Amino acid sequence: MSLWEFANPVKFMALSGKVLPWVIGLAALTLIPGLIWGFFFTPEATNFGNSVKIIYIHVPSAMMAINIWAMMLVTSLIWIVRRHHVSVRAAKAAALIGVTMTVIALITGAIWGEPMWGTYWAWDPRLTSFLILFLFYLGYMALWAAIENPDTAADLTSVLCIVGSVFALLSRYAVNFWNQGLHQGASLSMDREEHVADVYYLPLLLCIAGFILLFVALVLIRTRTELRLVRLHRLEIRERMKDA
Amino acid sequence: MIALLVRDMRLAVRAGGGFGLGLAFFLIVSTLVPFGVGPEAAILSRIAPGILWVGALLACLLSLDRIFQLDFEDGSLDLLATAPIPMEGTVAIKALAHWLVTGLPLTLAAPGFGALMNLQSPGHYWIFITLLIGTPALSMIGAFGAALTVGLKRGGLLLSLLVLPLYIPTLIFGAEAATRGTAGLSAVTPLLMMAGITAGSVALLPFAAAAALRINLR
Amino acid sequence: MEMRVDNLSVARGGVPVLERVSFTLSAGQVLILRGPNGSGKTTLLRTLAGLQPPIAGQVSADPEHITYGAHADGLKATLTVEENLRFWAAVHGIEGIDAAVKGFNLNGLTHRPAGNLSAGQKRRLGLARLLVTGRPIWLLDEPTVSLDTASVGLFADAVRGHVAGGGAALIATHIDLGLKADTFDIGPFRANGDKTAPSQQRDRYADFDEAFS
Repeated sequence: MSLWEFANPVKFMALSGKVLPWVIGLAALTLIPGLIWGFFFTPEATNFGNSVKIIYIHVPSAMMAINIWAMMLVTSLIWIVRRHHVSVRAAKAAALIGVTMTVIALITGAIWGEPMWGTYWAWDPRLTSFLILFLFYLGYMALWAAIENPDTAADLTSVLCIVGSVFALLSRYAVNFWNQGLHQGASLSMDREEHVADVYYLPLLLCIAGFILLFVALVLIRTRTELRLVRLHRLEIRERMKDA
Repeated sequence: MIALLVRDMRLAVRAGGGFGLGLAFFLIVSTLVPFGVGPEAAILSRIAPGILWVGALLACLLSLDRIFQLDFEDGSLDLLATAPIPMEGTVAIKALAHWLVTGLPLTLAAPGFGALMNLQSPGHYWIFITLLIGTPALSMIGAFGAALTVGLKRGGLLLSLLVLPLYIPTLIFGAEAATRGTAGLSAVTPLLMMAGITAGSVALLPFAAAAALRINLR
Repeated sequence: MEMRVDNLSVARGGVPVLERVSFTLSAGQVLILRGPNGSGKTTLLRTLAGLQPPIAGQVSADPEHITYGAHADGLKATLTVEENLRFWAAVHGIEGIDAAVKGFNLNGLTHRPAGNLSAGQKRRLGLARLLVTGRPIWLLDEPTVSLDTASVGLFADAVRGHVAGGGAALIATHIDLGLKADTFDIGPFRANGDKTAPSQQRDRYADFDEAFS
């Protein structure tokens, strides 16, 4: 039994239908306690104040924003190479969640930036990269929306996703070069464990796990919807052909 | 392939607009910016390289949808797809024709338009060099975007949305090189980066664009 | 030089329209493709021309031997008749365009921009393009639209000359061209869009039906 079998719509619909309630439950069980712990049961940081608690949303959403694009790249490649419908539908489903995560990361970043640096927006490399990522998501989704034939749309958006990934990476380097970090980005980074004490770090990990599970649940729901839409489109064409 | 280039150039010249439209738009941008920013010479000369780059980029964007759209509508693209020229070659030639009609005139005109923004002496040289190296990438990336949207009835706006993020690295390195050069600093790194983007785009994007065209012709 | 079509299934917009089409087009043969509007003639011709992939089956001919002519002629309004023809001749590596000009009676028009021609004259120019491709297999989709009787005669002559020289033509048309030709009716090959019908291969969306049944 190979992993590819789950790329078959029949298998996927059956399995995802069974798994979905559990994933939703697990997401709720990690995300809600994680956020409550982070917001209400961590000590106030001496020099940051309460505003630091926004990292429990900001950091996971920012991580997801990037990782979801990476997942879309992989699923787009799978569609181009192996033509599995589930794969490309999952990419489309993920895009909407990815763009939402990007917007959340940008907005929470702005809210946090105001007390931290005294400004909602700075053309800092990290912020700029997220803005560019947001534009890439927009273009990808707009291309999906513009093309009527689902297979053509799948092919073209996959090509865009692959080429776009290369340019997104280039943009990241270009932006770093363009504005060589006017402020220290390290304090934002969650992988610098030495910067974040365990009392903050553990609930953060729980929130990250929660966001990942939330994403899995949402992407399953949306992929199921997308597959239904493909079938709907297909049935409509058949009806039209019978009339003709 | 030369026949295709000759035809595209001839079409651009006869249809009018080809050379003129992009240049006129570039002139308008160069004229409007001082009205918006104010006539202060010091500010203008500082932002001139960047504004000229943004203006050239937008002028380039203006004519992208014509790279394939007309040939798609009148069936030429079907016939070219079945012709002995590989699709990748068709894409490359059409991008080259677009560059000759828009990118090259913009490059030649930019130092002159710089005068409107008080561009200082080595700046003319630098804006010319950076645009000369960078605009081929703009045409090639644009051709890729045009290939993606060729099947759409009103793809113009979507084309801009798709292409603009792809233009960001070229714009950053191009404008940075022009600014540094104008200020008398070393511009070697951004210049090399931009040349790399141009070389990579010209070498690889014809394949992606040809794939997109084949999908759209299906 | 022969085109053998073997168990070919073609799809439009992902839905099969024709299934298990088989025929042979040999050198010197004219085959008239018949079938009602929307039955898949254009889809079949585009698939044979290599513009879209078949969902099953084979076409034996080399795409380099095939030229495709459709409703859209690929003419440029701002180029003259001669420039239009010379371009396609150059693309296909053919030197002269005189035979094409003479064959479709375009002599007096060579310096007129194609945009100034009447619909029938444009059509003649579009068909003259076939002669400058130098390719033996012509796939034509409704070539006689907007042609008058005399021009249809010219076209028939061109096809006759083409097959006499060892070429072949597959023509989707509703009118009688007065050619010695075989007829191929695609009616029996139409896919009825019903999934219960015996199908050559599981169509690519069959999984979807199962997934939701």
